[in-house]
Amino acid sequence: MSPLWLLAAIVVFALIGAALGRNRAVSCVNGNIAELHSRPGYYGSYVMIWTALPAIFFMVAVLMAQPFFNSSIIDSELRAGYSQSCDREMARTNGDADAKLPAICADKEQYETLDTRRALMKSVVESVAVGVSLLDKATADKLHNGLVAVRPTLKEVGVALAEDVPTPVVDAANKLNEAKKTGDYILLGGVGLLLIIGLVLSYLRVSPRLRARNLVETNIKVALVLASSIAILTTVGIVMSMLFEAIHFFNKVSLSNFFLGTQWDPRFTSAGRAGGGEGSFGLLPLIWGTLYISLVALLVAVPIGMFAAIYMAEYASNTVRAIAKPLLEILAGIPTIVYGFFALVTVGPFLRDTGAAIGLDISANSVLTAGCVMGIMLIPFISSLSDDIITAVPQSLRDGSLGLGATKSETIKKVILPAALPGIVGSILLAASRAIGETMIVVMAAGIAANLTLNPFEAVTTVTVKIVSQLTGDLEFNSPQTLVAFALGITLFVITLGLNIFALHIVRKYREQYD
Amino acid sequence: MTDTANQSTEMLATSKNRDLGLKRRYGRERRFQAMGIAAITMGVLFLFLLFWSIVTKGYTAFQQTKIHLDIYLSEQLIDPSGNRDINVIQMPIRYNKVLEAAIYKAAGIDPKDKTKRNAMREAKSLLSKGASVDLRDLVVENPSLIGTRIDYWALADGDVDSFLKGQIPRDIPESKRKISDAQIAIIDTMAEKGVLAKQFNSNLFFNGPSSRPESAGIAVAVIGSVFMMLIVLVLALPIGVAASIYLEEFAPKNRWTDLIEVNINNLAAVPSIVFGLLGLAVFINFAGLPRSASLVGGLVLTLMTLPTIIIATRSALKAVPPSIREAALGVGASKTQAIFHHVLPLATPGILTGTIIGLAQALGETAPLLMIGMVAFVKDFPATPLDPATALPVQIYMWSGEAQRAFTERTSAAILILLAFLALMNISAVLLRRRFERRW
Repeated sequence: MSPLWLLAAIVVFALIGAALGRNRAVSCVNGNIAELHSRPGYYGSYVMIWTALPAIFFMVAVLMAQPFFNSSIIDSELRAGYSQSCDREMARTNGDADAKLPAICADKEQYETLDTRRALMKSVVESVAVGVSLLDKATADKLHNGLVAVRPTLKEVGVALAEDVPTPVVDAANKLNEAKKTGDYILLGGVGLLLIIGLVLSYLRVSPRLRARNLVETNIKVALVLASSIAILTTVGIVMSMLFEAIHFFNKVSLSNFFLGTQWDPRFTSAGRAGGGEGSFGLLPLIWGTLYISLVALLVAVPIGMFAAIYMAEYASNTVRAIAKPLLEILAGIPTIVYGFFALVTVGPFLRDTGAAIGLDISANSVLTAGCVMGIMLIPFISSLSDDIITAVPQSLRDGSLGLGATKSETIKKVILPAALPGIVGSILLAASRAIGETMIVVMAAGIAANLTLNPFEAVTTVTVKIVSQLTGDLEFNSPQTLVAFALGITLFVITLGLNIFALHIVRKYREQYD
Repeated sequence: MTDTANQSTEMLATSKNRDLGLKRRYGRERRFQAMGIAAITMGVLFLFLLFWSIVTKGYTAFQQTKIHLDIYLSEQLIDPSGNRDINVIQMPIRYNKVLEAAIYKAAGIDPKDKTKRNAMREAKSLLSKGASVDLRDLVVENPSLIGTRIDYWALADGDVDSFLKGQIPRDIPESKRKISDAQIAIIDTMAEKGVLAKQFNSNLFFNGPSSRPESAGIAVAVIGSVFMMLIVLVLALPIGVAASIYLEEFAPKNRWTDLIEVNINNLAAVPSIVFGLLGLAVFINFAGLPRSASLVGGLVLTLMTLPTIIIATRSALKAVPPSIREAALGVGASKTQAIFHHVLPLATPGILTGTIIGLAQALGETAPLLMIGMVAFVKDFPATPLDPATALPVQIYMWSGEAQRAFTERTSAAILILLAFLALMNISAVLLRRRFERRW
């Protein structure tokens, strides 16, 4: 029975409970609902909550525990099965000193020493279990007794195996199927029992004096608190998951190699092969590339964004403002993949051809390409934030300055901008943090090779590009080549978080209080 | 006396200076204004350049070259045994010969003429390799067609398509061109006769991905995106609204609430790729959900969209005046009743606007989806959110990496479709706000 059906059953049961609870409340006072403590609907909701909640909690708990339970069964069964078969084989070749180690014993050895082998066998057992559950009774028995070969039999029911499997695997699969069946019974029985108990108990508690509304409202409030703590959970999840994997990475690669290395060459070795060399995971060229591209982007975005904001806030008529502001904000709504494509097929080739025409050697995915396009993307971030901040400067400051005979531009330069400076710096910092974390533009428009260069016409690569390229290959998950993505990710997270907090701090600390 | 004379000459001088200064100052003023106008013009120019470059590259992809063939579905070739066995008639290879015969006829080549071997090969290569599959699907659907003559528009090869659209120029040397001179000759005669023509490209909308540009489409990606948007809507909207109600209406001012607020603001600024790493580590590696599934994508996008929805909902709740709450409390409602029965309905337009904008952001997001393995070649249409799928922006990313000219055109077309969806969502958000916005 799939969890979705079970959930549907719970919902139906809860709705029935709601109707019953409501009816009981109304009939308790013979229809005179003024005698009830709460409105009848609350009695219904009360019964509904206490019918559904325990069952749902139980279901979630069982479903979460089941995979762990199943994998421990697989593990213990395989271990027992392997050593049994191995002992049997050893006993048969006993005394023959020249005999090779039986194949099953080699399997056992591998299973006990290699993590990857264990993970592989677990998935093999799982697919065999699926296959066995599809077989009819007679064939399953034959398979169990080793009378038919496993692979062709399972192929007939549509489960393809890479290689034939030894008997311990089939036995483990059978045990797994039994455990799954028991698990299903426990789930079904437990949920049913809890539904009935919850329904009966809460139904019996319904009486005119029951403070149903208060009880229901407490539940609602708990739900609200839980919902708002998801934000915290997400942050904790981000930090924990990346820290966890990054620690794995730093167990294999030294901290100094990562943070101080100037060479990025993670040397892809094929999965599972030992001794491929550590590879060098120098972060510096990546950070340099990221900062360089972000700097170019800000050099494009800050002047354009600032002047646009100043013009819109101080000079523009209402019509110009009503047209220009949304147009610029469209730039913020365009997905970054579109900018990436624009850089890839339009800006990159254009800059390269222009460079060639005036005798400059500009690579198609140069710092300039990625930076310019990213700068275009950042214009609206700077312009709308700065616009808001400039508009928030009180009119009296402008009037005072104009009254002393300053021109409008002098007022802006000497009075308004200094007053708005903290907010503007904050908006630039926020834009910088966005530039550093931006992925798709650089994945498509920046280079692949890490490069410590000052030349804006050459290609560099960034932290985000490397996160993507390290994780989209067919690599074993536990290799340092993959885990480095998490170390890069947490570095990125810390940098952007730091910038954001710094921006907020500046805004708060230097904000002038006018009224 | 001399003093005053001095003074007056001085005054004259300063006033002259002042006038000079005034001129300079006004000049500066004008330049400053001009800079502002230039900045806005540049921003708008970039916007138009972006759209122009994508529209001009992409609009041609909505048409696809097809070849009008008079096909004789010979029973001898398709179903020699004559008992319409599905295993026999569903083999695409059986339709190659049928199509070949038809295209020789359309090109005016006599198949029995041994000297025309080369021309025959060239003519054959004008057809897409997917044409036989399409014809097969047609016949499998109506087996009664076998043995009859049909009028059929067969898919032309991607390079022929690009050539006809002028994307492969005639004047470059043959060795650098994907279309040979002999093929050009055949194409020209066929185009003149109207046998070769551009028609609406339905494959783009109804097909899954393909390694052949002419039969590649965005359908699988659109389904994946729709699944993800539904998941985001179902999860992020209730959770976001609940969280905002708590923070705005119930939460006491204490450290914990401050922490949550700072957190939400920071989450809104966390790079999207970090959410992808979270999804990979938590949903796939820890919880064991399947890779490439739209469920995982939806969960990751939900976490990303939550801050947007929470921030929008909070300002919508803030905009409802306290008098509404007080009136409800005054007639005996509990706080929960006041909020759920009175404040929340009044805040709904604002909440929906914020949700639509959050969804639009999520729809265009690519980077986190690359992390959770959605960048895969998925040919089968996903039936449930647990099946492997791709998303529209990811499909764009994958196509943009293809070398063929015809794929660039399709990438632009897919971007146009994505932008159309986004425009639709944003316009509906703006309209919603205009229609229901209330000033208190």
